[in-house]
Amino acid sequence: MIVADRKPFAEIMSMVEKYSKILVVGCGSCVTICMAGGEEEVKILASQLRIAFRKQGKNIEVQEAMALRQCDDEYMDDPVLIEKVRWADVVISMACGVGVQHATTFFNRIIEERPTRVVPALNTTFMGANLGAGEWEERCLGCGDCVLEKTGGICPITRCAKSLLNGPCGGSSNGICEVSKNTECAWHLIVERLNVLGELDRIKQVEPYKDWRPSHSGGMRKRVREDMRI
Amino acid sequence: MKSGSNLEKLLERGEFVVTGELGPPKGPDAEVVKKKAAMLKGYVDAVNITDNQTAIVRMSSIAAAKILIDMGLEPNMQMVARDRNRIAMMSDLFGANVLGIRNMLCLSGDHQSFGNHPEAKNVFDIDSIQMIKMVKNMRDEHKMICGEEIEGEFKMLIGAACNPFADPFWYRPLRLAKKVEAGVDFIQTQCIYDMKRFKDFMKQVVDMGLHEKCKILAGVTPLKSVGMARYMASSVSGIIIPEELIKRLHGAEKGKVAAEGIKILCEQIQELREIKGIAGIHLMAIEWEHRVPEIVEQAGLLPRPTP
Amino acid sequence: MNQFEPEIVAFCCHYCALAAADTAGKMGIQFAPNVRVIRVLCTGKVEILHLMKALEAGADGVVVVGCKFGECYFKDGNYRAQKRVQRAQSLIEEAGLEKGRLRFDFVPGPGGKKFAEIMNTMTQQVRALGPNPLKQKQ
Repeated sequence: MIVADRKPFAEIMSMVEKYSKILVVGCGSCVTICMAGGEEEVKILASQLRIAFRKQGKNIEVQEAMALRQCDDEYMDDPVLIEKVRWADVVISMACGVGVQHATTFFNRIIEERPTRVVPALNTTFMGANLGAGEWEERCLGCGDCVLEKTGGICPITRCAKSLLNGPCGGSSNGICEVSKNTECAWHLIVERLNVLGELDRIKQVEPYKDWRPSHSGGMRKRVREDMRI
Repeated sequence: MKSGSNLEKLLERGEFVVTGELGPPKGPDAEVVKKKAAMLKGYVDAVNITDNQTAIVRMSSIAAAKILIDMGLEPNMQMVARDRNRIAMMSDLFGANVLGIRNMLCLSGDHQSFGNHPEAKNVFDIDSIQMIKMVKNMRDEHKMICGEEIEGEFKMLIGAACNPFADPFWYRPLRLAKKVEAGVDFIQTQCIYDMKRFKDFMKQVVDMGLHEKCKILAGVTPLKSVGMARYMASSVSGIIIPEELIKRLHGAEKGKVAAEGIKILCEQIQELREIKGIAGIHLMAIEWEHRVPEIVEQAGLLPRPTP
Repeated sequence: MNQFEPEIVAFCCHYCALAAADTAGKMGIQFAPNVRVIRVLCTGKVEILHLMKALEAGADGVVVVGCKFGECYFKDGNYRAQKRVQRAQSLIEEAGLEKGRLRFDFVPGPGGKKFAEIMNTMTQQVRALGPNPLKQKQ
């Protein structure tokens, strides 16, 4: 899933303090699961905003709304949501960066009478897995050319701080990466895993130079399934 | 000859080689380079010029290497994969070659989080092993990565690092084999203090025949003080310092700890010379360049052979 | 001069704090007069939003009283409650309220005296902070 983290309150406040009708919109997908921008987080942020504005003696109205997926038109096309957006001076999106952008495009297409301003409440951090209650870890960089078959199901591009393709550097100690004491050395994990699988030969050859074009280095990526388009 | 460098000639002749190390200054002060280089002249066969080591911004290794060439010393230019993509690497290598640089060390590079610009974006387009392959291809096939022909003669002796003390320990000889396969000519190891572990490592290396395919220089660093020894043992990843060495330093008379450190180092050099497959030493006397002459002399490594 | 009498909302665990409040009543132990007790099955049921809403609605302070650590009827509800109170404290602090308006504490089942002490301590703590600024500006 996409993992995100809420921005500090002061930063969010600085984005919206000049408006008087504020709508906080959560997203029901990834950021709900990683507890950054779901229904509860929407209510908490709205409560914080009300507390902060009231303390300043300002009469600001804060409303709350949800969209199941802010990255998809189908789940945004909700008359109640759109009515609230029409009402608001500013929309705080609690979705990932994808949702914020999509919401901007969608609302501005649907609402023609005036431009809709959407601001982000989250910092989108990574694509990762849930390791347990309250813990997430990055697992994929979206390089566009998956190597997991060669590396025992552990991604060196994502999990090695140097994205090395040919084995562990000299900074691996007791299975821990020198860059962070909280990070396992990805290549340590890979060679141990391949050893267990009896597939060490897989990494004895020098890995060819990576073609980074399918990654973000090739610019913004786009995928089209022609058979799905009419 | 692959490069025509003195280092190559001496290694080919089977001389026990001594390489040194020089860290360029944090600015364009050529005098700093000249002063350090002057101390090393005549005492080592080639001098590694570090490339923004520990990710701290310093004068480029290419420029500092050129200063050494002008002084009649032979540089071994380090290049890290952290700061350059393949385009910049090949371009800088052409430039280095034009300036007379004939030895290089291919490294991944310390992560930028250790340096003075931890907020920087890193590159790591290719890794150190791919860098070896790239340079070999440039030299032997006269081709860039893309396959285009190189204009002119590219000459370079290709070195790389090896840390026998990093984990997983059992994998380290295999990693060295990969560097050999990529085309490395010589290896400089991480500082050796744990002789037993190093001998275990070298035995595997010799059994695999790797010492016949590349020249291995054993890395050594004098322990200047008990504090430095403890710091390196606890904070520098991939360095193991046996407790008895620290005890020996501790037991030295006041004012004689450094001398004891040098004595330990000379004993280590003697021990390393006797290990099968060791072609020389790489002496990393960090900010201790002025002690290099006495170290080399005490270790019985003088006079240095002429190429 | 009238002394400011803070309004305190006390989320009380059914298994300990509520019993303690009863005991205090039966024993005739006096404690701060403006405490509104809200019974919860376990303090683990108290959400961050409950604490914030109580403050939004004008409470001067909110206290969550659960079982002693290791004695939660539902195993770890009180640990959860303590962490939520801590998180809510940082959230209200970001929004400009003093974190002292929120408190987590615990009582043994029959501890009527301890319950009264907690309420008195909380009342004093909140009295020092003054009235909830949101109440005046409503």
